[in-house]
Amino acid sequence: MSIFNRRPPAALLFLFVLLPGSANAAAPLNYLEGHGSKADPVVALTWGTLAISVGVTAIIGILLIGAIWRRGTPAAIDGRIEIVHLQHGMEWIWIGVGISTLVLLAVCVWTMIVLARIVSPARKAPFTVEIIGRQWWWEVHYVSGNAARDFTTANEIHIPTGMPVVFKLIGADVIHSFWIPQLSGKTDIIPGQTNRMWLEARKPGIYYGQCTEYCGVQHANMKVLLIAQPSTDFQGWWDRQLQLASTPAAPTAELGQRQFVVHCGSCHAVRGTDAGGAFGPDLSHLMTRKTIAAGTLPNTTGNLMGWVSDPQSIKPGCLMPPPALSGPELTDIRAYLQTLN
Amino acid sequence: MSSIYERAPNLAEENFNSALAHRLEHIWQTEPGLAGWLSTVDHKKIGIRYIVTAFIFLIIGGVEALIFRVQLAQPALSFLSPETYDQLFSMHGITMIFLYALPILSGFSNYLWPLLFGARDMALPRLNAFSYWVYLFAGIFMYAGFAVGKGANDGWFNYVPYALRPFNGGPNIDFYALGMVFLGISTTVGAINFIVTFFRMRAPGMSIDRVPVMTWGTLTASVANVFAVPSVSLAFFLLWMDRNFATHFYDVTSGGQPLLWQHLFWMFAHPWVYVVVLPAMGMVSEGLPVFCRRPLVGYAPVALSTVATMILGFGVWVHHMFATGLPVISLSFFSAASIIIAVPSAVAVFAWIATIWTGRPVFTTAFLFFAGFVFLFVLGGVSGFMTASVPVDWQLTDTYFVVAHLHYVLIGINVFPVVGALYYWFPKMKGRFLDERLGRWNFWVMFIGFNLGFFPMHISGLLGMPRRIYTYAPNMGWDTLNLITTLGSFLFAIGVLLLLVNVAISLRRGRAAGPNPWDAATLEWLTPSPPPSYNFAVIPTVASRHPLWEDRLKESEDRTVSSKGLVLDHGRENVGTDPLDAQPDIILKMPGDSFAPFLLSLCLTGLFVGLFVHSWTLTILSLVAGTASVIGWLWPERALGETAEPADV
Amino acid sequence: MSEAILKRPLPVGAIDTRASGWWAMIFVVCTEGALFGYLLFSYYYFAVQAHSIGYFPPGGPPSLTLALPDTVILLLSSVAVSWAQLNIKHNDKRHLVMGLGIGAVLGIVFLVVQYLEWAQKQFTISSHPYGSLYFTITGFHMAHVAVGVIALLTLALWSGMGYFNCVRYAHIHIGALYWHFVDAVWLAVFFTFYITPRLT
Repeated sequence: MSIFNRRPPAALLFLFVLLPGSANAAAPLNYLEGHGSKADPVVALTWGTLAISVGVTAIIGILLIGAIWRRGTPAAIDGRIEIVHLQHGMEWIWIGVGISTLVLLAVCVWTMIVLARIVSPARKAPFTVEIIGRQWWWEVHYVSGNAARDFTTANEIHIPTGMPVVFKLIGADVIHSFWIPQLSGKTDIIPGQTNRMWLEARKPGIYYGQCTEYCGVQHANMKVLLIAQPSTDFQGWWDRQLQLASTPAAPTAELGQRQFVVHCGSCHAVRGTDAGGAFGPDLSHLMTRKTIAAGTLPNTTGNLMGWVSDPQSIKPGCLMPPPALSGPELTDIRAYLQTLN
Repeated sequence: MSSIYERAPNLAEENFNSALAHRLEHIWQTEPGLAGWLSTVDHKKIGIRYIVTAFIFLIIGGVEALIFRVQLAQPALSFLSPETYDQLFSMHGITMIFLYALPILSGFSNYLWPLLFGARDMALPRLNAFSYWVYLFAGIFMYAGFAVGKGANDGWFNYVPYALRPFNGGPNIDFYALGMVFLGISTTVGAINFIVTFFRMRAPGMSIDRVPVMTWGTLTASVANVFAVPSVSLAFFLLWMDRNFATHFYDVTSGGQPLLWQHLFWMFAHPWVYVVVLPAMGMVSEGLPVFCRRPLVGYAPVALSTVATMILGFGVWVHHMFATGLPVISLSFFSAASIIIAVPSAVAVFAWIATIWTGRPVFTTAFLFFAGFVFLFVLGGVSGFMTASVPVDWQLTDTYFVVAHLHYVLIGINVFPVVGALYYWFPKMKGRFLDERLGRWNFWVMFIGFNLGFFPMHISGLLGMPRRIYTYAPNMGWDTLNLITTLGSFLFAIGVLLLLVNVAISLRRGRAAGPNPWDAATLEWLTPSPPPSYNFAVIPTVASRHPLWEDRLKESEDRTVSSKGLVLDHGRENVGTDPLDAQPDIILKMPGDSFAPFLLSLCLTGLFVGLFVHSWTLTILSLVAGTASVIGWLWPERALGETAEPADV
Repeated sequence: MSEAILKRPLPVGAIDTRASGWWAMIFVVCTEGALFGYLLFSYYYFAVQAHSIGYFPPGGPPSLTLALPDTVILLLSSVAVSWAQLNIKHNDKRHLVMGLGIGAVLGIVFLVVQYLEWAQKQFTISSHPYGSLYFTITGFHMAHVAVGVIALLTLALWSGMGYFNCVRYAHIHIGALYWHFVDAVWLAVFFTFYITPRLT
């Protein structure tokens, strides 16, 4: 039975599917392509080390196959297969280790160069985004230096394109990690210290992220969306976020608002109403967000209703208790939430 | 002064069938029955216990993985609740890394070392038995929680604050924390035993450049353990204190430092990953050359690279913490060190390839596992090299890419060599071959299953799939990869099953094996298969690295003498030799079977249970009983040459 | 190796530094030393945090009033044990027992004084991280001293029973090594807690 009729594992072929550009829709967290000045040098280094790794593995594989298949098993003498007289093999070690060391040193130097390039941005946006990591959602504060223009949101972050944005990462309960793969590597959110990172998006688009430090039962469902917009659109979004919510005209929604303040307001806040809770995500302008429950579900009527009426069935173990509300009450609240544009 | 303190030992020419041999058998054998089973200090029995127990944990840990791989086979499945998933993946890691990976290697080392060194036992036989019992009881202790649905649930790495009481109020973490302190005792005393044995128990003439190359692996790992294990024991002890006595080492609300946990944990856990592979690499360095019909290429470079890897291994732990916001200068240093640590590994890889290339491969099952291991070593090594670069690691860390890496290095560099070692040394241990034909199936199913299961993880990792998630959304690009991984894992499990079947069949019906069925070179192949309780009728005198090949290698005129040597039959005895040149310098009186190790282990179990349930009565009683056991154990005995003759005091 | 070498007379049993137990104790010392290394690492980790400068230890450096004499007591106990070791080499059983006994007694005095110092502290183990560190680290050390005291007393008992002489005294040597180690560790602990806050 021939020993080494190996083919490269079929899964390797998937690698070739990852041609730049084609993958974004197929794999939103794929970081083999970058879309900003923080990501680009790292993408190159990643592909470089990947190529070296594949090359080394292939070369060693070939050498191994060659070594094994070189000669047939020696003849047996008295039932014993004879040992060979010593030949030198030490040159293998010197040459192999020598080449390996050079490659390793080169990658070491390349690493330091990339690290120096991406550690801090050349220029910065005139605001900071503070992210407080919580089990299992993201509290987001926009801090501009003018307190009147600062505001709070949750789970969806907007930034202007073409401008590095600095993030301050603040821990509140356990360790989380903030990661938007196509724009930057990850940085942990650690209680007791404030970590800083930055990223930049070259083009408008939706960039997906996820918590990447195990943080408890719903770690799998702690996702984040980052939306990059042209400057003017971004300003428009910021202004809109500052607007206070008004009391809705429609009776169900108006009833819903009162229900919301009573039943939800101790945990959730909506700017312009009496709901001011800070335990859960700020829901101001909820309907401008693409997803709910920290990126777990698209923000549709059905999902919103399902989430509010039974959060434990969607994210079992999350800290939002099932509401003790009847069907009509839930409908009213949902109607109210849908006015939060 | 009485001459009981000094003796000129007898030299004699003896074989394994002589009257001397029968007398030695009588002196060294273990009593049959339960009493013997609880009190034996025979390193061969203890070694096999370690191997069997470690394999049982391997299977338990593997089943845990298969269960959660079902959950991950498709997106958005609800086969497991998140709580159950979290306990399964945590216990899987804990079981494999602590209850399988080192103990299996301790088992092989325990069994083989005295035979490799031409000795009759390890240096500290009772400590040997003790290290096994503590391992067993600590493993059971950790599983007790899991058995009642309260298993560790914060991963094997157990980060705070999630491991602290406000977030983890049940006893789950306490089982893990106290269990690890308990297990650390076994690891430490086991390590000390290997170190002392290496330096003091080698046959005359086995100078330090003649020791079997695999012993460098376990020696290095043991020295590392002596210095590294206290770090994790302390980490867990401080955690237990925070959780139970309101101390403030880690809890942020009162000024504690979460990163202190990470430093203490990783300062241990990084060296640990080398501890669980260097002995296995040593086994390959020992066995592969036999099946290439030549000595290993580069004995000295390989031995030195083993030590260098371990030393460097103490200087890279921060690479597990690259994303925590440490200063860039610190990151740069640890990144560079983590890249450079690949150099000694390269020495070993090229030594093995050179050995195969310049040798004449014999395609036994053991050879397949050893050769396959070289390929998996490199594959696992390069993914590690990628994560060593900080900016790349900031993308790769906490994704499935790292899961791929760690399984290639752990399964590739520990499991595959272990299975190969089993095929190689089973004939010595049991006097029967494992079936070679079934062995080929065993290898290929394991090799293909393993690669099918774990290679796709590199890709899902590069596509951003995070670790430690109980489910994932569809349309992330991960669906097919996860399905392949699950199927591959099951195939790999079948491969492992084939190994167990082979062992079961061969124990009864395997082809009989003589003393040296592989025509190998080292001293263990002198004895009958299986070896008698006393190992060697007379102590060999060693003249080279390859005692049984000297006539054919003709490296010098000197010859190892095995049929004539020191007799040492005044009770259980062995010769102690000096560490560098192995010149005899003492006749050691070796302890016989004793219940003290087992009793002390019971006392320690009582101690840890007492601490766990906060029962000061049980704790104090266990401490008192334990102290009494230790004093009893160490009580000076005339038979062990520990006391003065009354006339001379 | 020639037969002549193999036939040379050899000492039998547990003899001085050729005993397996001696080698084992060396590595016990290494591992316990590493443990204290990690304990003190934890202390320094807290001490160098940016927010700690000026606030660590809370309430200023700990008082030397009890700690300094206590250190001297422990050092003297090592002297006593060394004297005991010297005596067994001269086969002087009586002074061997005396030395071990004095060493044990001084060890007990050390523990009592340390306990008094504990009682005087204005904080507890759960007051703040420094409190946790102080009681845990000194507590670990006290536990090691307690083990050492039991060892010395047991050795004194065995010596009194006539087990040891100038050839067979490995147990004494091994126990003494442990005791001197515990002493040396105290110097490191003392330096960390009592001297370093006074250096800045």
